[in-house]
Amino acid sequence: MNDGGKELSAVVNRAGQSSAAVRGTIYSLTRVLEPPAGFEAQAPYFLALVQLEDGQLITAQLTDVDADAEIGDRVEMVTRKLTTDGRRGMIVYGYKFRPVLK
Amino acid sequence: MRVSIVGAGMIPVREHWSTGLGDLAAEAGELAQRDADLKQVDALYIGNTYGASFNQQAQLGSLVAGRLGLPGVESFTCEAGDASGGAALRAGYLAVASGAVGSAMVIGVEKATDIVGSARLAARNVSLDADYESVNGATLTAMAGLLMRRYMHEYGVGLSQFEGYSMNAHRNGSRNSCAMYRNQLRSGAFVKAPMIADPVNLFDSAPDGDGAAAVILVNAELAADLVPRPVAVSGSALATDSLMLQDRIEPLKLPAVTRSTAASLKQAGLGLPALDALELHDAFTILTALSLEAIGFSEPGRGWEWSEGGGDRIGISGELPLSSFGGLKSRGNPAGATGVYQAVEAALQLTGRAGENQVHGARHILIQNMGGLGATVATHVLSATGE
Repeated sequence: MNDGGKELSAVVNRAGQSSAAVRGTIYSLTRVLEPPAGFEAQAPYFLALVQLEDGQLITAQLTDVDADAEIGDRVEMVTRKLTTDGRRGMIVYGYKFRPVLK
Repeated sequence: MRVSIVGAGMIPVREHWSTGLGDLAAEAGELAQRDADLKQVDALYIGNTYGASFNQQAQLGSLVAGRLGLPGVESFTCEAGDASGGAALRAGYLAVASGAVGSAMVIGVEKATDIVGSARLAARNVSLDADYESVNGATLTAMAGLLMRRYMHEYGVGLSQFEGYSMNAHRNGSRNSCAMYRNQLRSGAFVKAPMIADPVNLFDSAPDGDGAAAVILVNAELAADLVPRPVAVSGSALATDSLMLQDRIEPLKLPAVTRSTAASLKQAGLGLPALDALELHDAFTILTALSLEAIGFSEPGRGWEWSEGGGDRIGISGELPLSSFGGLKSRGNPAGATGVYQAVEAALQLTGRAGENQVHGARHILIQNMGGLGATVATHVLSATGE
């Protein structure tokens, strides 16, 4: 349990710092009109492959984004609710990317 | 030991609501048994992807062996995403080639329409990475959309330039009584279809369906005594790539296609010009374009050119016949069964039994079955024997 808690706080801390630190550009994107179970309420939403500054690609949703998002746009990582899990509705948090604020 | 196909059978790809998963498999198995005039086999390999997630059914090896009246036979499921059928064919090939068994039946089976809509999409997501893709709301179609958008961006290609792939598939499928969607597509209809995950639309992506297909493999000496024109499995290979697009250095390359194709052709002692037809994994048109590039029929960025002119160059009397029975797009994509449908269709071509879909004089056909977006690729070369 202690280890689990430590791990979680590390993730939260990393994500907390990330909105300023983790940036990249949109490598590709798609607007998902037919979502899987658990994501119906969010559809349509943008899913993207984001290329981070070190070159690594990462799969994530875009958030706070207009319909005209394009390949090459600069984005940054933020912590968001991804979905709810199971009958008790446990919230699953994770990362999404939003346009870099000017 | 050389391996031959001596029997083949398939049932129509449909919504088979009144038939269970095991019975679908047994129907196809019985057709292959009748075709080969051979009931008993030493082993039975099942290609199935979503039995556990669609139908709450595992242990198909035992289940189907029982339905087919093959009690006690060696039998188990091969799972490799939508390449499960191709993986089962590979398992059957290896078992017979090694001499471990004298004969093997390979059945691909899937029953997709027990669940619908977002529930099926979530169940299908077991083929993606659970922790990094599915959790973010990805689907197989969305991942294909990411690939296609990038391709169009890098090479300056428009959506309409992919329409010939779907038009060709439906033209061929319209003549195949086992095909799920036998309608033809008019030029211009493709780009107007409802979007699923742009740029992938309804006429770009293959429909899920219920189906089962089976082949019987024996060693070549046995084959000559069983049927007049056995089909030789002249090349067999399977390769993998990173499960996730995000882990690939160049997402628009499909190295598992390149590697499994090269290995299969090398074993067969053939080059690309010797191939008379191909059954590619056309679950999305972008996969056809990228596969043609990875196989070596096109330079990078130019695979879409085979789609030009409504797909005439890839028609059954064209330069490079593709999807001669409609491919995944028109025949339908019964996931774990698809790779075995490809084997059955190629076997019909190579024995001159393809009817209106016959590619005249076909001697060598390459069949390629893909899991995910090129994460697993099973490639076989099947060849005609005799005159």
